[in-house]
Amino acid sequence: MAKYITKRIIYLIITLFIIASVTFFLMKFLPGTPFSNEERLTIEQREILNAKYGLDQPIPIQYMNYMVNIVKGDLGVSFQFENQPVMDLLMNRIGPSMQLGVQAMIIGTIIGIALGVLAAMFQNTWIDYGSTFLAILGKSIPSFVLAALLQYYIGVKLGWLPVASWNGFSSSILPTIALACFPIATAARFMRTELIEVFGSDYITLAKAKGNSRGEVAVKHAIRNALIPLITVLGPMAVGLMTGSMVVEKVFAVPGIGEQFVKSIMTNDFPIIMGTTLFFAFLLTVIILIIDILYGIIDPRIRLNGGDK
Amino acid sequence: MKKLLEVKDLHISFHTFAGEVQAIRGVDFDLYEGETLAIVGESGSGKSVTTKSIMRLLPQGNSEIKSGEILFNGENLATASEKKMQKIRGKDISMIFQDPMTSLNPTMTIGKQIMEPLIKHRDLSKSEASKRAVKLLDLVGISKPETRLKQYPHQFSGGMRQRVVIAIALACAPKVLIADEPTTALDVTIQGQILDLMKDLQKKIETSIIFITHDLGVVANVADRVAVMYGGKIVEVGTVDEIFYNPQHPYTWGLISSMPSLDSQDEELFVIPGTPPDLLHPPKGDAFAPRNPYAMKIDKEEEPPMFKVSDTHYAATWLLHPDAPKVEPPLAVQERQAKFRASIKGDK
Ligand SMILES: Nc1ncnc2c1ncn2[C@@H]1O[C@H](COP(=O)(O)OP(=O)(O)OP(=O)(O)O)[C@@H](O)[C@H]1O
Ligand SMILES: [Mg+2]
Repeated sequence: MAKYITKRIIYLIITLFIIASVTFFLMKFLPGTPFSNEERLTIEQREILNAKYGLDQPIPIQYMNYMVNIVKGDLGVSFQFENQPVMDLLMNRIGPSMQLGVQAMIIGTIIGIALGVLAAMFQNTWIDYGSTFLAILGKSIPSFVLAALLQYYIGVKLGWLPVASWNGFSSSILPTIALACFPIATAARFMRTELIEVFGSDYITLAKAKGNSRGEVAVKHAIRNALIPLITVLGPMAVGLMTGSMVVEKVFAVPGIGEQFVKSIMTNDFPIIMGTTLFFAFLLTVIILIIDILYGIIDPRIRLNGGDK
Repeated sequence: MKKLLEVKDLHISFHTFAGEVQAIRGVDFDLYEGETLAIVGESGSGKSVTTKSIMRLLPQGNSEIKSGEILFNGENLATASEKKMQKIRGKDISMIFQDPMTSLNPTMTIGKQIMEPLIKHRDLSKSEASKRAVKLLDLVGISKPETRLKQYPHQFSGGMRQRVVIAIALACAPKVLIADEPTTALDVTIQGQILDLMKDLQKKIETSIIFITHDLGVVANVADRVAVMYGGKIVEVGTVDEIFYNPQHPYTWGLISSMPSLDSQDEELFVIPGTPPDLLHPPKGDAFAPRNPYAMKIDKEEEPPMFKVSDTHYAATWLLHPDAPKVEPPLAVQERQAKFRASIKGDK
């Protein structure tokens, strides 16, 4: 297992290196610089600024500097907030984003799995139809619509929870709900399908033939096996949360990474865009690593083969 | 011998989009203590449905036991509560399935899977159950049982897995063991080993076995009695000798003629012509009539009752009616019989 994890971490580093390079060159091919919108600048002033931020050097040199700095943990300095290192800007904003993401992921998978299990165990009853209806709703309503609805009814009309402010746990509830809908729906649908398939398999019949009740069959034999494929969709689900969070953060005025990212794109703030992209990539690869390890824990076939491969 | 299980006039249907599939249409049979009853018949004849209904393991949504009784220990299992059935399953009646590759839970250790019925029905503690599981693995011929207990199904070969399934089924020393084609998915040498193991264990544990197969060669090897199923009914039942040496039903003749024999490798196998009956709209008369070269007019109009051939031998064919013309079994059947006689003499 340790060997397996080491190998995965090396892959992770290579993946990040490639993503960093690709992001760098993509940014270079984008038209414009952060200062091209500033009409009032003279050509000389523009050149001074370019020189200050190293934008006048040949691209290979810029690339080298960029990569070396990344390894040092330096993501450069923001263009819009003068002299603020990107790393610091990101760090200041990671907290709220992570909190929302983790809360939404946990709530999403737990409620989603529970709904899916209920739907599968009571297939073709009103419980099943109800869960399906919720899942379709959760998947088809865009998170910003939901965010606005929650804000208006629960925040403004009922006044139960704060709107568009960020202090304490209570202000994270509405954005978490808005974010969690998609994972709930995804996990519920997936779990239902998988569990119904597992219920039809021979080893479940054998489990019944041993004298297990329906509940025991589900808990001891079926759910674990149905979870294995669900783990695969956790990754894409996490991505969904990250992209969803940009909009939700904006609507609820959450001082998170997503909100800053949107702002930076509008102002061509290269270092922040690249830094955020890298950060998202890092998060994603770590999530994928965690998922692989989870796989190993749940599925003995992977655990044992992975070790000696 | 004492009757252990009595199935009386069992009718089972499946409700499908196309309509009601009358899968079992009046099945009667008894199972005696310590015997092996083979159920043979082509695909779709209702072997699995019949035996699954004994354990009440038919799919819950669309199956229905329409009428009939399944008497076991003075209880009618056809109408028993789910709670009652949970106490019987795995303890008094167990089952072995066709495909050992899919009948074990891939994410649970072999040990846990064997210990489960022991903890459930025998009230053993974990450590007692684990000791018992070691003994069981040893009994079914798996070496190093202590290490094997901690392993997962994917670390076992097909034959080994079937041994594990047998160990699970026999864990609580059930009175009835239902084996639904337990060797079909295995290759020939392994098949022989598993059959020998089952015969051996049957003596040790004194269980009765219902053995489902469509391989008559296996039947001759393991069974005491044979029930031949066709179109959701038992059309002939008798001791192994009676079915092999004195078969009465034309369908049984067809089955025997289509048996491969060792010395006729490249000879073309006889296949019973025609297709199985449509159980959505079962025919009025004998379901086998359209495929029966000996069918008479009455076969198309009225279902034949069970005619008695001997105290242990019954067959449902109008050919046994006193007024029916005398018909000899086809040549192929007579040839096979000569071969059986020779091979069995050779064995003994
Ligand atoms: N879940 C189901 N829904 C509808 N019809 C079914 C279902 N299960 C079985 N049947 C029908 O019941 C009949 C008997 O099936 P069964 O599985 O008992 O056959 P079998 O004799 O065991 O055949 P095989 O040798 O292929 O295992 C078939 O005609 C089949 O179509
Ligand atoms: Mg079958």
